[in-house]
Order: sequence, then structure tokens, then C-alpha cells
Amino acid sequence: MADEFPSYARHRDGGQPPYLYPDYASTVKRAPTRKLIPFEHTLSEITGPSFTSGWAGPAAIDLTKQHKGEPLGERIIVTGRILDEDARPIRNTLVELWQCNAAGRYHHPVDQHDAPLDPNFTGAGQAITDDDGRYRFVTIKPGAYPWRNSPNAWRPAHLHFGVFGGGFVTRLITQMYFPGDPLLYYDPIYRSTADEAARVRLIADYDPQLSEPEWALGYAFDMVLRGRDATPFEVA
Amino acid sequence: MAAKLIPTPGQTVGPFFALGLDRPEWADMTRHNPAGERVVIEGRVLDGDGAPVPDALIELWQANAAGRYDHLADAQADKQIDPNFHGYGRVATDAEGRFAVKTIKPGPVPGRGNALQAPHINVAFFARGLLRQLHTRIYFADEPTNASDPLLSRIEDAGARNTLIARKDGPGVYRFDFVLQGRNETAFLDI
Repeated sequence: MADEFPSYARHRDGGQPPYLYPDYASTVKRAPTRKLIPFEHTLSEITGPSFTSGWAGPAAIDLTKQHKGEPLGERIIVTGRILDEDARPIRNTLVELWQCNAAGRYHHPVDQHDAPLDPNFTGAGQAITDDDGRYRFVTIKPGAYPWRNSPNAWRPAHLHFGVFGGGFVTRLITQMYFPGDPLLYYDPIYRSTADEAARVRLIADYDPQLSEPEWALGYAFDMVLRGRDATPFEVA
Repeated sequence: MAAKLIPTPGQTVGPFFALGLDRPEWADMTRHNPAGERVVIEGRVLDGDGAPVPDALIELWQANAAGRYDHLADAQADKQIDPNFHGYGRVATDAEGRFAVKTIKPGPVPGRGNALQAPHINVAFFARGLLRQLHTRIYFADEPTNASDPLLSRIEDAGARNTLIARKDGPGVYRFDFVLQGRNETAFLDI
């Protein structure tokens, strides 16, 4: 008998980070120790918030124009598509972005890194994907910054992204890294995903076609969400 | 069949997510005055040492008071969409690991086969120290249909099952703690 409820595909082994990953010290006291309870998808899992009516607020796709002056740093364009595993575009979904400034400092009271705040940079934006599942942001390249995971540990430059997709189980919060960053090799958060083909999805591609002359460097970053498990199920 | 694309791995929200994700108004899911019984769900998030977690983010997704989700995949023709209720909420913990969210009690929703699922709120849980989200559900202690709910029935250990049931803590107030490790560890879902 066919499922009444079309499910989302389960994640492949190693394709996502584990909860317990002692190289990232904060997982040790926060990862669940009990076995997760398997449960088949129902309406509760295959539905999720939609953003077509604009209730999530206006788009804020240019993070360099949120203050009186221009932020310091290397101006970048970051664009890509939100797709499912079958390469279907995820339309009208909310993409949220946050990041530190070019000096490696977040506009957040908990961040006490000895690097300057930039009065012209907050570091937060949001977009809704178009009919091709595409989003686009203009921002500045974030700096690397130290953290206390281990002695002399530094996070590679990264953007934080949150995306929703078709159902509540497709929700993804991730980080985008920059190609060629030597800190990636040392970063347990990046390295926590065992499968290399999945892990490299986290690294944007430099794309000269996206760069704009005399103005900004372009990076391409697609995000792929869980796809349908069985019978294709078109949500108009 | 075309090769499947490989999904993007999750990565932790880190300690500074409030910069991009904290929307205090989204912690009040009743802000557009939906139909239904008003409830407050409040609690704490605790780590393996029993210490409060001040950098957790709780996302909620639920049906409206009639038991219908505001989503195209929910085609229950006998239940109306409530234009004043999207069903999505979000709340971050404070410095003491506390949170409170205002919402309405959802109606029961269909499960697989002929099963009915007791009223519940679906949760995606994020924190510094979690490389990707955890999923769980919030049920309500005073719902008789809990006894036949397919998920609750699946959990053999009564202690673990009870971690999913918000207990009444005053008129219109329910208490639900997220305990990440230990004796009262919250049951999380593999979905």
C-alpha cells in the first residue's frame, strides 16, 4: 500500500554531523545520550512554515547598505539556489543570514573578541527565494576569529545561513565557508561531517562570472535540502 | 533516474545566532489574534551538568485550533485554515536558560492509517554545541487522547515518554523543560 503521507528521505550515514563530536568540546555536555526515537513522517513533519504572504518581513539582501556609511572589508556577492535532492528548486522560502564583520567581531554583546566593531555593519539579512529557488546577498567577507574550543583555535571565515524548505523536517541551519581557507583543516565544526562529498558542500565556489568589475567578488553557494522519499509529491 | 544531489550538512548556530535569528515577536504566536485556547509554554534548557543553556533556540510548528496546518500539503477539507495563525514560532533562551512562548492549543491531527495524533507542537531545537538541530514534540498533560497517540505509544519507557508531556503549571500555563542529558533527558526524535 502506498503511503498516505509522502515522507522526506532520511539522511545518509556520515552525510550530517553527529551530535557528539568531542573535538568540538561543547558537544560533550549537550549531545543527547539516549537513542533517538525513530518515527515515520506524518502531516506534522511534512508540513512547515511558508513565507509567501510576506509575514517574515521585508527582504534585507544588501548588508553593506544598512547604515550611513559603507562597512570596512572586502565586498562580496553571495548567491545560489535552494534545491532538494532531486534538484527541484525550493521557491518562496526564507533564507536568513548572519555573520561577523571583516575584523572577526559579531555585533552581539556576548562577543568580546578584541577586534573592532564596525559602526556601519550589523551583519544580518534575509531573502525569499525566487521561482528558481535563488537568493542573492551583498555583504562583506567576514574575518576569522579565535574561540576557546582548544588553545589557539580559530574559526575559518564563515556565513551562517538558515533555510526552511518544504516541511518542518527539511529545516537547515548551516555555515558557508570560503575556498582555500587554511583554517578549514583545523576546524572541528567543519570537519564534523564524516562524508567528504557532503562536507565540501559547505564551501562556496569563487565564480568570476558573479564578480562585478571594480566592485565586488562573487561566490556561488547552493544549499540542498532533504528530498522526497517515495512517490513525487508536487506542492503547487 | 538522475543521481540525487547530496544534502548540505547542518552546522551549529553558535553563540551569536540572536544577531540573525532572534525575533522576539515570533515568540507570541497569538499576536494576530487566532481562534483557540490561549496557552503559555515555559521552561528551561539544561545541559549535562544541569547548568542552564543560555544560547538555545526553540522553533515551534503546529496546527491551528481546528487541527489543520497552514500548508498546502494539509488538504483536510473539513477543517478551516485560520488566517490569523501561521503555526510557526521561535524563542531563544535567556541568560538563565529560560524561555516562554505564547500560542494556542492545537487541535488533534491525523496520523498514519486511521490513527489520530493527540494535540502537539513540533519542535526543532538548536544550540551552541549542537552541530545540527534536534527534533521533539510538546504534548499537553490534560489531553485524554495522549493515551492513544502513535508517537507516545511508541515510547516504552514511561519516564522518557513523560519528558514529551508539558505539565499544567497554573491557569493556561504549561511547563516543558529541555534536558539535554541525564536522568530526565528529553526524548528526541529520529525523523
